[in-house]
Amino acid sequence: MGDPLYADGINLAVILIVLAKVLVIFAFLMVSVLFMVWFERKVISDMQSRIGPDRAGPWGLLQTLADGIKLFFKEDLLPDRADRRVFHLAPYLSIVPAFLAFAVIPVGGTISVFGHKTIMQLADPPVGVLFLLAMSSIAVYGVMLAGWASGSKYPLLGAVRASAQMVSYEAAMSLAVATAVLSAGSLSTQDIVNTQSGWRWNLWVLGVVPFVIYLIAATAETNRPPFDLVEAEQELVGGFHTEYSSISFALFFLAEFMNTVTVSAVVVTLFLGGPNGPHIGFLPSLWPVVYFLAKLLVFLFVYVWFRATLPRFRYDQLMDLGWKRLIPLALYWLLLIAALRVGRDQGWNVYVVLAAGVAVGAAAWLALGAALRQGEIAEAAEAVAP
Amino acid sequence: MGYLDGFKVTFKQMFDDRVTNKYPDDKRPKPDRFHGRHVLNRYEDGMEKCIGCELCAGVCQARCIYVRGADNPPDEPVSPGERYGFVYEINYLRCIHCDLCVEACPTEAITESKLFEFSFTDRQDAIYTKAELVVGDDGDPQKLPWEDWRPGDAERTSAWVRATAPNGSAAYEGRVGWSGELGYGVRAPEKDQAAADTAPPATKKKRAG
Repeated sequence: MGDPLYADGINLAVILIVLAKVLVIFAFLMVSVLFMVWFERKVISDMQSRIGPDRAGPWGLLQTLADGIKLFFKEDLLPDRADRRVFHLAPYLSIVPAFLAFAVIPVGGTISVFGHKTIMQLADPPVGVLFLLAMSSIAVYGVMLAGWASGSKYPLLGAVRASAQMVSYEAAMSLAVATAVLSAGSLSTQDIVNTQSGWRWNLWVLGVVPFVIYLIAATAETNRPPFDLVEAEQELVGGFHTEYSSISFALFFLAEFMNTVTVSAVVVTLFLGGPNGPHIGFLPSLWPVVYFLAKLLVFLFVYVWFRATLPRFRYDQLMDLGWKRLIPLALYWLLLIAALRVGRDQGWNVYVVLAAGVAVGAAAWLALGAALRQGEIAEAAEAVAP
Repeated sequence: MGYLDGFKVTFKQMFDDRVTNKYPDDKRPKPDRFHGRHVLNRYEDGMEKCIGCELCAGVCQARCIYVRGADNPPDEPVSPGERYGFVYEINYLRCIHCDLCVEACPTEAITESKLFEFSFTDRQDAIYTKAELVVGDDGDPQKLPWEDWRPGDAERTSAWVRATAPNGSAAYEGRVGWSGELGYGVRAPEKDQAAADTAPPATKKKRAG
């Protein structure tokens, strides 16, 4: 499909419209981070019977702005043993992917600007989902290099944890995303959203499992609680950003919250039909944006809710959950969805395919359980042996 | 659903009462016998109660009180007794507000107010001299620029002295065993002490679940 904007070739107006879109998305993300930090602090203080920030601006809305201004005026420190260039590069490596990922998120329907029809999305590449995955993978380089370049122990430990966590959860996340791609038959985010129109949201079309897996894996991917081992205060001081201060720290902070917003937007796009929703007569181009933002807000709330509720995972629990549960389950579900689709295309009986799928799943589950037990026995024997 | 019960708890909590309050705007009432910044009291005729005996300085474990007594000038006495405290200083960088000085004082000259919010920016300001500690002509503590006094705070001084009796015996409840104060006369005894002693500590609204 692609963007109708480029149908008549590229001229100055088109370029200006694209630039305007870039500006709008940039502004939206910056404001949304300001909002998200405030929202998180407010909601979490509600959940903890506190009041939360209420000094700067009405209801403390400007608190983040004040914090940001404070950070910008602080001294930018560089540890003696730090790798200068990489140390300064890392925050940008972490923030740029956070911005870029939002480029492929469809925010609304088609609108008309100065006679040019265009979709409310910066770019709709045919490989949109791959682009998303690539950006979320690159983001970890920021964290990793920050930890490594700090020339200090705690950041290094944080960086090691970050890379291990990314590797473990990236697989489960990709498999969950693959089910959504499978159901749309396209990697373009616009297509994925379009196939979900009319309440055929991937959330229930694919069964709730891929959605849950994606939600868990994405939480791990953004280093948010309960998966914030990377910056576990009690163990690692600040984790990878221990040695960062001033603007560099602000960038990390910004990236972290922007990632939360972006990941929520991706969940909305992949599983909740993006800007889809009931049609309302007046202002037809406004409502999709409202739906999108409403769904986004729900997920932002869910992330805060996670943080308020769940204690941090231990490292082995994190690995167990990733490798022994999420990846096998995501893989199984992908195969099951694939089998059902092949069955539909070939005209096989749905119930037979389903029964076979469940049977294979049960067998795989038993085999996996047996293998894990065996592993535990071997481990225990090794521990006992002198 | 054991795993998800926690989510229910946090969600419910959002609609529950706040435990914190908007502190500088909205202060909690302090307990009657709160130990705050000291005041040096005066009798109803304006005479100072302090007799310069230095018992407060002697009992002070933080060594923050410095007192020098002197004979009263015969034609213009400062206190009703023979002597008076002509130097009286408390160093609030050392004071731990234990109130042993108040217990030691034989004339109820030194008592405590409820004030604890005073943030001086100079070490010299931390040492309160007699001029700053002694109550004003209206009987209220002097309000220094760096102290956060709110209306009504000033009247609530000296509560500890007005509790039961100096030895703490409940048999003395309601019996006045103290002298009058400038501006206030003889203060009434603290109410309902026996009940307060036996009652469980007051709690805020009980939380469900």
